Amino acid sequence: MDSFGSDFSSGGSGGKMDTGTIMEQVKVQIAVANAQELLQRMTDKCFKKCIGKPGSSLDNSEQKCIAMCMDRYMDAWNTVSRTYNSRLQKERARL
Amino acid sequence: MDGQGATADPQLQHFIEIESQKQRFQQLVHQMTEVCWEKCMDKPGPKLDSRTESCFMNCVERFIDTSQFILNRLEQTQRGKGGFSDSMLE
Repeated sequence: MDSFGSDFSSGGSGGKMDTGTIMEQVKVQIAVANAQELLQRMTDKCFKKCIGKPGSSLDNSEQKCIAMCMDRYMDAWNTVSRTYNSRLQKERARL
Repeated sequence: MDGQGATADPQLQHFIEIESQKQRFQQLVHQMTEVCWEKCMDKPGPKLDSRTESCFMNCVERFIDTSQFILNRLEQTQRGKGGFSDSMLE
């Protein structure tokens, strides 16, 4: 992976990134982290709801349950997000 | 020249403030979704029925009410009794 070294001027970290690039990269990382968090909690909840005694594979009913659970979890997440946002705006309007 | 740190750049500073605020919001949504799922969701069905949806909405409001209640009461106990000594250490 030596392709970076030769193109940039001498110095420690090679080229210096501008603020805009840094901000974009940070936004991407934040989005990825949020997606991971969502998936982790969703997996946890849906496993609890859909899997009884773990068998040697996921049977059809379990898979259907998980699929529905995923959609419902997203619905729930969106409802919570909307409700929380409205509440925050109400609180700000009071101040 | 890399003489200035991130905090000297107002654009970056503003960006950090905005993103931090957005993250606090996101984290609370994650947390409330999890907590309210336990309270409101029985068996996941083909759609979110209105009763369940209301439960989630109420759950969010009551969660925030609880948080505010706790902060207010804490403030009162500290003001009135001069600290935690009476209410916490007993």
